[in-house]
Amino acid sequence: MSVLTNNLDLFLRLFGQTLQLFAISAVLSLVLGTLLAALRVSPVPVFRGIGATYVTVLRNTPLTLVFVFFLFAYPLLEIVKIEPYTAAVTALSLYTAAFVCEVVRSGINTVPVGQAEASRALGLTFTQMLGNVVLPQALRSVVPPMTSTMIALLKNTTVASGFAVPQAGSIRDALSEQGDNVLFGLLWVAIGFVVLVMPLTYVQQVFEKRWSVAR
Amino acid sequence: MTAASAPPMIRVAGVDKFFGPLHVLKNVQLEVPKGQVVVVLGPSGSGKSTLCRTINRLEPIDSGVIEVDGQPLPAEGKELARLRADVGMVFQSFNLFAHKTIVENVMLAPVKVRKTPAADARRTAMELLERVGIANQADKFPAQLSGGQQQRAAIARALAMKPKVMLFDEPTSALDPEMVQEVLDVMTGLAKDGMTMLVVTHEMGFARKAADRVIFMSDGEVVEDSTPEEFFSAPKSNRAKDFLGKILTH
Repeated sequence: MSVLTNNLDLFLRLFGQTLQLFAISAVLSLVLGTLLAALRVSPVPVFRGIGATYVTVLRNTPLTLVFVFFLFAYPLLEIVKIEPYTAAVTALSLYTAAFVCEVVRSGINTVPVGQAEASRALGLTFTQMLGNVVLPQALRSVVPPMTSTMIALLKNTTVASGFAVPQAGSIRDALSEQGDNVLFGLLWVAIGFVVLVMPLTYVQQVFEKRWSVAR
Repeated sequence: MTAASAPPMIRVAGVDKFFGPLHVLKNVQLEVPKGQVVVVLGPSGSGKSTLCRTINRLEPIDSGVIEVDGQPLPAEGKELARLRADVGMVFQSFNLFAHKTIVENVMLAPVKVRKTPAADARRTAMELLERVGIANQADKFPAQLSGGQQQRAAIARALAMKPKVMLFDEPTSALDPEMVQEVLDVMTGLAKDGMTMLVVTHEMGFARKAADRVIFMSDGEVVEDSTPEEFFSAPKSNRAKDFLGKILTH
């Protein structure tokens, strides 16, 4: 207990960093992932190809390698200089977007074809059909796997420890420098993550309940 | 009876369509003049539903020409969406938007496609729901309605776009027997009001009563094209005689 109480500042500051990394990357990956899913179901073959290639490349690459690319390889290209923190957000967002895309796409596939046909028959464009008819119905079945994806993202933020971007995963380094008990320190970090994930699970239940009524 | 100079509302000429090796539409010719009600009959698998779906390009064709109100069907895109807005379609499985209430279903396309202000769209939607007899169901979700009510809502949704022509793809085939009549009554009313209609159906009663013309299809071909009286009393082809023999004996 003393490991936690003596270093409460450190814990709070670094878990705060974790939450910030998570929140920014979650928003970015949800937006990008949904756009990618739209590409993957579009009637234009080139767009479908772009979406499929993105998913194949990012989903099949270890997250650590994506981090290595944005923190070490990308700066060598000398395009736009980015801070390590921005690089971490970019790596997490791009990587998670591939998973979000597939979750959204599987949700789209649960919506009966007739819904899209009726929209087209009424003269709705592809984007109108997706935005007004298909995606709102896809959301329902997407909630549980999307929550899992977001939980994975939250935990994946600790990969940033290896790249000098401070967050909860860096607590161990700080403790070991001070000569504190690392084992108990890590235990508290684990408990911290359990506590952070619980609200996500709660949000999942709320959405599942709300969207199951409206049909 | 037949319109003389104006272009037909629907013109299908030399249309072929394949599903893989299956030749589902074979050199189909069909013209529907403005204001006419044409019923398409035929055994299942004869291509009548496919024909209906090609007219607003839900099914693309492999060769031939399809024109709606003198305008050839454009390729996929904004142009096609504009044309589809003028062609109402009613499906066998209703396809009401499951996450929207009945009145929202009817309002959606006028608001999004025609950019009608929501208040006006709602007023028109309620009038249409009144006309098909389900105004009291306006705020319910589709799943809360009976099949017959859902199909009448789907007809109202199509009418909200003020279409030039209505396509019906087996509108009563998914309904319990006691609900068929309420849908047919709405359709008969539309026919009397002068709507141009192409109706794929198995309802012989509707064909006799409301149709100006009957098209009989078999194996992807238009085999007969005549008036209901002629078709039911004196079919010319053996395939039509065989078909009528099967359905009229029980």
